[in-house]
Amino acid sequence: MLRLEAVSKTFFPGTPGEVRALRSVDLELATGSWTIVIGTNGSGKSTLQGAVAGAFTPDAGRIWIDDVEVTGRPEHARARWIGRVFQDPFAGSAPSLTVAENLALAERRGQRRGLRQLIRAGSRARWRDALAEIGLGLESRLDDPIGLLSGGQRQAITLVMASLARPRLLLLDEHTAALDPRSAELVIALTRRIIERDGLTALMVTHSMAQAAALGDRLIAMHRGRPWLDVQGNAKRAWRAERLHELFSEMRREDRFDDATVGIVVPAYR
Amino acid sequence: MTVLLSTIALGLVLALVGYGVYLSFRVLQFPDLTVDGSFTLGAATAAALMLAGWDPFTATAIAALAGALAGLATALMATRLGIEGILAGILSMTALYSINLRVMGRSNLGLVGVSTIFSPADALVRRLAGGAEVMLWGQAVPSDVVAQALTALVAVLVIAGILWWFLRTELGSALRAGGDNPRMIRALGVSHEWLVTLGLMLGNALVAAGGAAFAQLNAFADASMGIGIVVIGLASVIIGRALVGQAAALPVLLASVLVGSVLFRMLVAIAIRTGLEPNDLRMITAVVVLIVLVVPGLFTRLTGSKLLSLRTKGGPRAAA
Repeated sequence: MLRLEAVSKTFFPGTPGEVRALRSVDLELATGSWTIVIGTNGSGKSTLQGAVAGAFTPDAGRIWIDDVEVTGRPEHARARWIGRVFQDPFAGSAPSLTVAENLALAERRGQRRGLRQLIRAGSRARWRDALAEIGLGLESRLDDPIGLLSGGQRQAITLVMASLARPRLLLLDEHTAALDPRSAELVIALTRRIIERDGLTALMVTHSMAQAAALGDRLIAMHRGRPWLDVQGNAKRAWRAERLHELFSEMRREDRFDDATVGIVVPAYR
Repeated sequence: MTVLLSTIALGLVLALVGYGVYLSFRVLQFPDLTVDGSFTLGAATAAALMLAGWDPFTATAIAALAGALAGLATALMATRLGIEGILAGILSMTALYSINLRVMGRSNLGLVGVSTIFSPADALVRRLAGGAEVMLWGQAVPSDVVAQALTALVAVLVIAGILWWFLRTELGSALRAGGDNPRMIRALGVSHEWLVTLGLMLGNALVAAGGAAFAQLNAFADASMGIGIVVIGLASVIIGRALVGQAAALPVLLASVLVGSVLFRMLVAIAIRTGLEPNDLRMITAVVVLIVLVVPGLFTRLTGSKLLSLRTKGGPRAAA
């Protein structure tokens, strides 16, 4: 349902700070699959999400969602397919609007915004059910400004918001990295519940080896702007957290050298 | 009584500017300096049209439309040409100074004896009172002052009501969310550029309508009347917010702008009574805004209470 063909992106080209974040990446996600993306800092894992979401136009390559080419389309024009949860738990909601207003805005993701009242009778029961599922008692706070809630609570609601208008693709960008361990656990449990319940296609970037090992049905390790490891099914299950840590040490070792050196030096290390 | 009523009428008329500034500075969180120019543009457009024989209501509506175009110009610079918001507003404001002189044909226009948006109410008040003076609490008040206060009150209440309705629609809510969190509203499929354009057009339309009403209230339009008006609009918003607090609900916030504007005019009237001159007006404005911004912070620091706190904005990290 998502297809990337030879997608490349270089930030700050031609400067000493040049970063080749994506190097001719080919990727295809099957409908209903849950792909976990890991990688060291600067490996391109977040850039990959950015390319899919439309945060920038790639320097080269093409991107399709459901066989519709979206390569040059801006972020807001891709929203009808994509639900997103960001790393910053405050990035997914509008603090001065109430919980109900945030949910209502999200429910119309990708649709035209007209002059009908945003909050209409009949929606509240649906939202209350969706919030009750989180298990934090948030269903009683529909009319509070969402800015009054904690990061964990807001991230959980953002997740519900992303799933309200069922997305063809759910993008999760290290969405538990900024949370305390308990909230992270809760958000992960909710993530799993929502993805499995709705059979969503998900692309989840994470920094947590435990999450990478436990979740999803496909695992991609990004390194130097391209997938270095791409396993699914039984092969994925073989990658326990410890083994992933080893993989990371190896990738980090390579990170110490530039492109030209790495080809010569790293084989000698092995 | 007459002074009080004219102060209220002026405060109500300038509440329109307050609402314009509220839309751009608060809702959209865009520091729009176009306002100084679009206020004068509204005054100039309405005055020129009325002197050419146009009906005052049509003239005022066209003035608002002109203001919307000024907002559009700023929005296009900011969104399509990638110019910093503040600078885009300054460029519009600067260009508008010349445009306003063109519209008026000279540096000021008098409107004495011209029928204004306040005239119908004046006629009504005269008929009801049976003369050119109205007895209010035992004092004689000229009918035109009563008419001005009444007209301004109705107009501002209607505008506030429309804003209350609009800001709760799908589009208006998207506008509020877009000011709060551009990233979120993009992810929900709304172009932030479009929201900026919409917000600046609406905001400057209100400011220009305020300018048009101000010109009719004072029976003149002048090329330099808009200087510092953005701070006057901000004063209404800030004083209002200081009254109701940060977390107030939308209708309360909207009402607070109106109250803040009238209150601010009263402060200015008192300052002038204590011996300051109208020429000191801008100084007074700046000082009042400064006081309202600083005092709550001092209060917090001295007493440890956040009761009056203005700076802890309900921003993205407020509840971190």
